[in-house]
Amino acid sequence: MTTYDFIARNWLELTQLAWQHTVFVGIALAIAIVTGVPLGVYLTFNRRLADTVLYLAGIMMTVPSVALFGLMIPILSVFGHGIGTVPAIIALVLYSQLPILRSTYAAIRSVDPAIIEAGLGIGMTRAQVLLKVQIPMSLGVIFAGVRVAVVMSIGIGAIAAYIGAGGLGQYIFNGITQTFDAMINAGAVAVSAMAILADFLFGRLEKKLVSRGLRRD
Amino acid sequence: MIELDRVTKTYPGATQPAVESISLRVPEGEICVFIGPSGCGKTTLMRLINRLIPISSGSISVNGQNIMGLDPIELRRRIGYVIQQVGLFPHMTVRDNIGTVPKLLGWTKAKIDERVDELLTLVNLNPKSFRDRYPRQLSGGQAQRIGVARAMAANPPIMLMDEPFGAIDPINREVLQDEFLSIHAKLRKTVIFVTHDINEAIKMGQRIALLNEGRLVQTGLPDELLNRPANEFVKNFVGTDRVLKRLNLLKVKDAMMLNPVHCLDDDASEKVLEQMIRQDLAFLIVADRDHRLRGYVNRRDLRGHKGKVGDVAGRLTLTVSPERNLKEALSQMLSYDLGILVVVDEAGHIQGVLNSTTLFKLVGDTYDERGGHWERITAGGRIL
Repeated sequence: MTTYDFIARNWLELTQLAWQHTVFVGIALAIAIVTGVPLGVYLTFNRRLADTVLYLAGIMMTVPSVALFGLMIPILSVFGHGIGTVPAIIALVLYSQLPILRSTYAAIRSVDPAIIEAGLGIGMTRAQVLLKVQIPMSLGVIFAGVRVAVVMSIGIGAIAAYIGAGGLGQYIFNGITQTFDAMINAGAVAVSAMAILADFLFGRLEKKLVSRGLRRD
Repeated sequence: MIELDRVTKTYPGATQPAVESISLRVPEGEICVFIGPSGCGKTTLMRLINRLIPISSGSISVNGQNIMGLDPIELRRRIGYVIQQVGLFPHMTVRDNIGTVPKLLGWTKAKIDERVDELLTLVNLNPKSFRDRYPRQLSGGQAQRIGVARAMAANPPIMLMDEPFGAIDPINREVLQDEFLSIHAKLRKTVIFVTHDINEAIKMGQRIALLNEGRLVQTGLPDELLNRPANEFVKNFVGTDRVLKRLNLLKVKDAMMLNPVHCLDDDASEKVLEQMIRQDLAFLIVADRDHRLRGYVNRRDLRGHKGKVGDVAGRLTLTVSPERNLKEALSQMLSYDLGILVVVDEAGHIQGVLNSTTLFKLVGDTYDERGGHWERITAGGRIL
């Protein structure tokens, strides 16, 4: 059976798995962005903490994803969520923190001190300088980090099937155990397509949100 | 008006104060230049005024109010601030950059737009073509014009300018300086202008405060600093060519001699010649009844001529305006080999004359600080 035939025959199931995949990756990313961006911004005001946090986030990235999902099981079993969607989401949040944190932190810090001084000098409060100057100026770089996190999470999300979270990874794992190439391919193609589509959509959103004044052309 | 009273700033951990016991008064509507070598404390002193840096001791009052009694944000919104790096917000259009403070103050959009256009016109940029540009689409000079406009957006009575034209090429710097001076002449804001360039200080400052190692070394009019430097430091700082700088500063009208000897164009040639011989004059300026310059005559022109002086007067094309500076007048004299220049205003009226002797005397005075030494030294031979 060709990959095409497989997809055509299992269209409904594929869509369901893709939706499952989208949901837990989406939830994980939403949490990662909502926590990572403010934390990254906060870290710019606390150098010492920044070094520690970025170091820890860096270590997190070095843990192989399969191992991280595996580690979730004993820890979350205590709360009765050893396997399934919850540990998958937590692992993905931890994974995507680093690119988001690091890009936010770097972007906010790279704003020219002269611009901050100008803002304060003309009578903006520190919060206004942050919200109206530093963050809008950093959006492009923050978006770059978010896009890395998005693509990465969709890919790593496939491994979450290993701990029973479902999603497109299920086709890949089942395909491997059944040595069913068409199934593996269908899962892999769908994951890639999803990553490409998500990256494209975030690219569009970035273009919309980032000021024209910051674009280089 | 800005008053500094024994203002001192010591940075945490520093042994020496960055600024030490400085008292200074800047009257309303005046441009006061803070100048000194780098690290002298001039920028620190300026930033103490809008509380970007907290003061250690002493007091500063702005328009009679002690700044420590004011909310720093409110204070800064009433003080325009321009820095060398310009610091425009790159993600905002020119309109939004200029409108930042008005927006914070809650102005309506219509009022902000109107103010933006008014300010763009003031800084010589066409509102239509600049309003919607982003900072990256501006040249350095244009960006700093916007920087100045932004600082003036809420019409603050006071402006602090930290080397505003320091990063701009020399030609555009001159243009911006001139433009700012003409804006200042119109709006009469109280300005603190920080620079390390003595030429800029002399040009921009109505008063100059020279700082060194955190202390105020000399304050005074630009001419006082050049002409009566308080000590060796000032003398070295203003430079060995302070005479030329002084010539740059003084205008023709400051040095010219008023009411020069002249005759009228309908005076009789014979009588004029007679007087010229009696007073030993080689040539004479000819004016008309309205005191407009008609030309000049010398004795040869008049000898044997019967009739009016006006008929034989030669044209005098090289004249100088009373508003020009002396350096330009001197260079005109030297390049055309003239001993005297007639000073004529725009309407052609004779204002006076400038001769090389008075010019050189002025130059000499700058060096002759105790008065009269040069003349005693230049003639008389061996002293013993």
